[in-house]
Amino acid sequence: MKTGMRLSWRAGLGFAVGAAVLFAVAPVALSDFRLSLLAKYLCLAMVAVGIGLAWGRGGLLTLGQGVFFGLGGYAMAMHMKLADAGPGEMPDFMQLYGQLDALPWWWRPFANPAFALPATVLLPMLVAFLLGSLVFRRRVRGAYFAILSQALAAAMAILLIGQQGTTGGTNGLTDFQGFFGYDLDDPVNQRMVYFIVAGVLLLLLALCRQLMQSRYGELLVAVRDSEERVRFLGYDPANVKLVAYVTAAGMAGLAGALFVPAVGIINPALIGIVPSIEFVIGVAVGGRASLLGPVLGAVAVAWARTTLSEEFPAAWTYLQGLLFVLVVAFLPGGLASVARLVRRRRRPPPDPAPVSPAPVLTQEVTA
Amino acid sequence: MSGLVVRDLRVVFDGFVAVDGVDLEVAPGDIRFLIGPNGAGKTTLVDAVTGLARATGSVRFGDDELLGRPVHRIARMGVGRTFQTATVFEELTVLQNLDIAAGAGRGVLTMLRRRRSVPAAVSSALETIGLADLRDRPAGALAHGQKQWLEIGMLLVQDVKLLLLDEPVAGMSHDERDATGELLRVVSADRTVVVIEHDMDFMRSFANTVTVLHAGKVLSEGTVAQVQADPAVQQVYLGVG
Ligand SMILES: Nc1ncnc2c1ncn2[C@@H]1O[C@H](COP(=O)(O)OP(=O)(O)O)[C@@H](O)[C@H]1O
Ligand SMILES: [Mg+2]
Repeated sequence: MKTGMRLSWRAGLGFAVGAAVLFAVAPVALSDFRLSLLAKYLCLAMVAVGIGLAWGRGGLLTLGQGVFFGLGGYAMAMHMKLADAGPGEMPDFMQLYGQLDALPWWWRPFANPAFALPATVLLPMLVAFLLGSLVFRRRVRGAYFAILSQALAAAMAILLIGQQGTTGGTNGLTDFQGFFGYDLDDPVNQRMVYFIVAGVLLLLLALCRQLMQSRYGELLVAVRDSEERVRFLGYDPANVKLVAYVTAAGMAGLAGALFVPAVGIINPALIGIVPSIEFVIGVAVGGRASLLGPVLGAVAVAWARTTLSEEFPAAWTYLQGLLFVLVVAFLPGGLASVARLVRRRRRPPPDPAPVSPAPVLTQEVTA
Repeated sequence: MSGLVVRDLRVVFDGFVAVDGVDLEVAPGDIRFLIGPNGAGKTTLVDAVTGLARATGSVRFGDDELLGRPVHRIARMGVGRTFQTATVFEELTVLQNLDIAAGAGRGVLTMLRRRRSVPAAVSSALETIGLADLRDRPAGALAHGQKQWLEIGMLLVQDVKLLLLDEPVAGMSHDERDATGELLRVVSADRTVVVIEHDMDFMRSFANTVTVLHAGKVLSEGTVAQVQADPAVQQVYLGVG
């Protein structure tokens, strides 16, 4: 168990360095504008942490995380809109469109933070549970699961656009004034939002690490490698996948919820097919099976997108596609595997397994 | 210990009858060999018993009817199998493979925690299958024969009472075959074992009883000597045996 001890010591150091960078270095080194950009990237990275678990470890190609990101985002945005409007009032955009006399019934509970806050996480988890139960028990696999996820993301975006009077349509929900009583125009409060985002990301990483290293994490990899074999050992693989899928959905929901105060908007363009694919591209680039790879990949791709799409808006889409193809073809482990490849170069390879010693049959079978 | 009783088992794939009314009784603690030419329906029979292939008829293990139950429930009733091509979890270590096999009954809290020590059943199985020194190797790096032993070890920690092994010595060297046969003897001390095998030498050395399948039906059954003396079997095997 010596290696285990060393690993957790290293992980502790890793978290300390991460916390120092996020909490001490970044706020000093970056302007307010850059820091709020970083907050946005870190929200996207939270989605990536969940995808790393579900796709990297569990082999579930989650191409519809925009749905869960959107559910969390809209739940938070609805609450903030209602809080801005004041008790009993309708949000500004509803009054503007003037189609409604009263708040729709499904908006009402979101006025209460005790409902809205848990809903940002639990609502996505509930939807993921229902969808996952249906799909995994019916043994829908691989490509069909991915297509279904994409269809759901598309359907949700279309639904939101169609219901402009109650959802804000293409514009989404924006122009937020306050976040639980704090004025969002004040840079100090924007910083506070950044610190919350950074703290939550670290928490999600710790949670994900615990899951990956637990017995459940080993079982999840086993399901990815050979689902049928796991079934013959007496497990129901549907449940194993469901846990990873629902966890990833909860993380995406939380990410969406924090995205709203950090960026100031949620709209259908942020949750449809394209953003859902972009989540996965970031994870693939960073390295889907590692803990930190998805985070670094998501931040790197989002940063490249901001930088490059300002100068070459048309080229970015193609560049992103190219990046994805290159990584899948030449670096399936993503950027995270580069370090490992370098290390392997330096060290001599381990000796191969000695070929076939006969089983020792002196022991009685007590199993 | 329980025995296996199969009655009028039929498996049909799109009109093709792969198993055609098989009756089979394997006594508790027996080592039964299931032989027959390629395509005779041996693997399909095991698939039906373990819930993988849809079948009609009846399969009882002890007091439990197995037909119609999902795969993982049958596994929990103490029925385990290996596959024609060894399927272990290649990216996990030998120890992790065995630990997972031992854990179907674990509670949520145990699952969410890290493995802190090696369960007794796992270390005992590691000794039995001779892989104790390789326990931290990824299973994918094992030699072919070692993977087969790991699979058998997984059945041991899973604590199954009926082992169904599909061609466990295919591709093994002579020494490995003998070692595997000895392993089967040890294992059958308190379990019922059914082995599908092509290799006649291996069968002669280690079979207790033999059933010959041909075109989905039982062609002959008995001790090795009885089966070998059966003219119908000699005809099917045309010179073999
Ligand atoms: N899933 C399947 N669909 C259709 N035919 C199958 C299927 N599985 C097996 N068969 C057919 O059933 C017959 C018996 O196969 P099998 O049980 O694998 O034979 P063996 O005795 O060599 O193990 C073969 O003719 C095979 O082609
Ligand atoms: Mg076969």
